Amino acid sequence: MYTDRVMEHFNNPRNMGEVEDYNAEGTVGNAKCGDIMRMTMRIENGVIEDVKFKTFGCGAAVATSSIATEMVLGKTVEEALNLTNYAVVEALEGLPPQKIHCSVLAEEAIKAAIANYRENAANLT
Amino acid sequence: MFVYCDNAATSPICKPALDAMTPWLTELYGNASGVYKMARDAKTALENARRTAAECLGVAPNTFYFTSGGTESDNWALKSAVEAAGETRRHIAISAGEHHAVLHTAESLKKKGHPLTVVPVDPYGLIHPKALLKALRPDTAIVSVIYAGNEIGTVQPIAELARAVKEKDKNILFHTDAVQAAGHIQTELTPDIDMASISAHKFGGPKGVGALYIKSGVKLPPLLHGGGHERGRRSTTENVAGAVGLAAALEHMTRNRDEFSRKVTALRERLIEGVLSAVPYSRLTGHRERRLPGHASFVFAAVEGELLVCRLDCKGVAASSGSACSTASLDPSHVLLAIGLSHEEAHGSLRLTVSHTNTEEEMDFVVQTIKTVVESCRQMSPLWNAKKGEPLNVY
Repeated sequence: MYTDRVMEHFNNPRNMGEVEDYNAEGTVGNAKCGDIMRMTMRIENGVIEDVKFKTFGCGAAVATSSIATEMVLGKTVEEALNLTNYAVVEALEGLPPQKIHCSVLAEEAIKAAIANYRENAANLT
Repeated sequence: MFVYCDNAATSPICKPALDAMTPWLTELYGNASGVYKMARDAKTALENARRTAAECLGVAPNTFYFTSGGTESDNWALKSAVEAAGETRRHIAISAGEHHAVLHTAESLKKKGHPLTVVPVDPYGLIHPKALLKALRPDTAIVSVIYAGNEIGTVQPIAELARAVKEKDKNILFHTDAVQAAGHIQTELTPDIDMASISAHKFGGPKGVGALYIKSGVKLPPLLHGGGHERGRRSTTENVAGAVGLAAALEHMTRNRDEFSRKVTALRERLIEGVLSAVPYSRLTGHRERRLPGHASFVFAAVEGELLVCRLDCKGVAASSGSACSTASLDPSHVLLAIGLSHEEAHGSLRLTVSHTNTEEEMDFVVQTIKTVVESCRQMSPLWNAKKGEPLNVY
């Protein structure tokens, strides 16, 4: 049911963990539904210098988190905000229909982390 | 190393079954309803298979009807029982531990206006006679209780439950889904039990063939209409090779049951003890003793079951999970919720079902692999406190 690319990502996830000196954090999903994604980032001068994830969820949830971090690492905040769940699915060479929501969660986790960063920045000024 | 630990999903076909089937798949292809010799031989083989399989279950051959499998048998039992019961008896009672083949059939009948009661199970998955009796109504048509659970392996006191129902109202039909039990444990089809479903591929037979035991005197209209096969109760050209394979596999299991059961129980215990001691924050689901010989099921805090299954697969262990993510629904298994697990706990479920062909070395490999995989998944989990080595308090 999973593509080789999905399997490769959930077996060898990239950027797994927590950024040490993160200044952006977003958590989406809930344990009751079986999916939680937490993204931490260090954003400097509008660029995502580092990003890491922690995910509780199925193989697809881990794979979407993993590839989403790869897709936004080194990108500007604006570029990262343009990341869609479709792009995540495409990068994974497809997901089973019942797993599409995992890609939505990945997109939301990125957006939540950036929103948190902007909130923090607004509070400082 | 590859270790198959999903025998409750399906089992490899055993040699006696394959050998017995081969002629009926190759040179002896006659339609068992024909009149020429090749057809008559097929008919004889079919009836011999019926006799052998019925003997293994301790029932009369004329009460044993071949079907396409456990799902068809369950559908037939429930749908035809309410059809036969008529307008005065429309209520259905099933246990909370049923397989989807019973649960979804009962739910579909509910949509057609049949009141449905789901009888709760205790934290070990056992159904208590008192709880079952409480669910009965003057208009109850059928009660269906799974003999041994497919998800948590708990073996029900079926004879006692059936007796309690019949003592209360002898006109209620009692059905049991014995798909996981048949062949693996001594099934007692007492006179209080009216119907029982079995499936060949769960005990070393081929896929696509099962049976429904229908006690003599029970009026059960056919589910499949057609050429009047199986004495008018289940039409379709007889699956002679399938029937022969079912009988040979059931006979093989029955003859060797003591030996297989001893061996499989020891392997299961090695697995259960190994996992519970190697993996912190793990627990067994289902009953500690009253469980199927080869059935081990667990929940692990802070990890998701489907991810475990996927990663175990990549390391050479075939297992299954009742987590939501292993199905198309958002809810974890109804059985795991019925025994009182929270959604969070139920998402971390893993089922390993072993057979007499497994070895101790394989069990040790499986334990070590589970330990490694759970640890690595927990490192990834936002619900796991890696510093303290414990789950966050959502559990």
